[in-house]
Amino acid sequence: MIALVDYDAGNVKSVEKAVEKLGGEYVLTSDPSVVENADAVILPGVGNFGDCMEKLISRGLDKALISFASSGKPFLGICVGLQLLFDESEESPGVPGLGILGGKIKRFPSSADLKVPQIGWNNVFDCKGRLFKGIDDGTFFYFVHSYYLESADESIVSSKAEYGVTFHSSVESGNIFATQFHPEKSSDAGLKVLGNFLDLVKEGR
Amino acid sequence: MLTKRIIPCLDVKDARVVKGINFLNLRDAGDPAETAAAYDAQGADEVVFLDITASADSRDTQLSWVRDVAATLFIPFTVGGGIRTTDDFKAILREGADKIAVNSAALMNPDLIYDAAMKFGSQCVVVAMDAKKRDGAEGWTVYKNGGRVDMNIDAVEWAVKAEKLGAGEILLTSMDADGTKAGYDIELTRAIASSVSIPVIASGGAGKLEHFYDAIDAGASAVLAASLFHYKELTIREVKEYLRDRDVSVRL
Repeated sequence: MIALVDYDAGNVKSVEKAVEKLGGEYVLTSDPSVVENADAVILPGVGNFGDCMEKLISRGLDKALISFASSGKPFLGICVGLQLLFDESEESPGVPGLGILGGKIKRFPSSADLKVPQIGWNNVFDCKGRLFKGIDDGTFFYFVHSYYLESADESIVSSKAEYGVTFHSSVESGNIFATQFHPEKSSDAGLKVLGNFLDLVKEGR
Repeated sequence: MLTKRIIPCLDVKDARVVKGINFLNLRDAGDPAETAAAYDAQGADEVVFLDITASADSRDTQLSWVRDVAATLFIPFTVGGGIRTTDDFKAILREGADKIAVNSAALMNPDLIYDAAMKFGSQCVVVAMDAKKRDGAEGWTVYKNGGRVDMNIDAVEWAVKAEKLGAGEILLTSMDADGTKAGYDIELTRAIASSVSIPVIASGGAGKLEHFYDAIDAGASAVLAASLFHYKELTIREVKEYLRDRDVSVRL
């Protein structure tokens, strides 16, 4: 059973519908013990980094997620759910993230030529790893964000994208997967990424 | 590279599409979820639904079709029409909509933009504005109630204010161009897009392929059309291929 973490931070419904369509067995939950005992965890998230952290902490989910992450079972973070895995964000100075992975979240440089937030379809490159099985380099995914990941460890970066800067659009580190883009909103390519994750869950890796 | 977005717009009344795509192979051409899925298959980057029923007692009906759309559409969609409070935002987002468009309600109560952005994030707050050229003077003013009431607010000032309050995007409709098929209002699009740093969706007036290019050239991040796609005068793919051939980055 996949624990789809519902902590009142954005559009969990879209992720739920996509998992449902792909035939994944999931439970929507904000209960730390359900999270810790799940076979897999999906952490969505939309909105402000600090707010999202606070919502996790107030429900005791921060510790549950950190503990789950070390279990070796599949974990997928999406959008702010990716950002929260890291140390800190320029969006909320002084608020520590979950610190499961090393790196920081930075703001896109705003300029006349660069609208922030980045909203829309961007192509990812240097794709590697299990989430991108069967997906071509250069495939488009849907992004909505003002802040981007700079992973401390380049070797865990599983795709990159370009928006004013080259940023890390997804990571894979052992059992931890995360995407800055929204697979649940990226049409067929996105469903393929989620399907790849669900396959890992089925295989129990 | 971030692509320019092509967005079909569907008018919905009593949970039925009244202006949308007209495919013969649909079981039910008036069903919002099926219609939107057909646009997804055509390569639409997003879909905007404007609920023209828009009365408070139709909220349950609205929630029900939004739920159906969310279950079948895996590209982003925006819902507008009759949204007045952050509770309305919450209810519709909860059913799976990605963004909410507000127009009159934001003009009457600009704090709605701020409150919604604080609660749900700027990414889901689309400020829709209907702008019309001033009579015998420079610039444009914004109108409320579907273009019926002139608010005497300068369109550029309103866009700047909406951004400051936390809007994530501007959906800009030119009342002068809307329905003419003579092209988007390029001057208006340029004036707004160059005054804000959030994306601007140009709307109203698309009639030919080059109109899409012109709006993007004027600074629009996305272009919206309704009847052109509805009556299949152009397909989304044709628009995208045209733009690609002119070095505009699109998702094909």
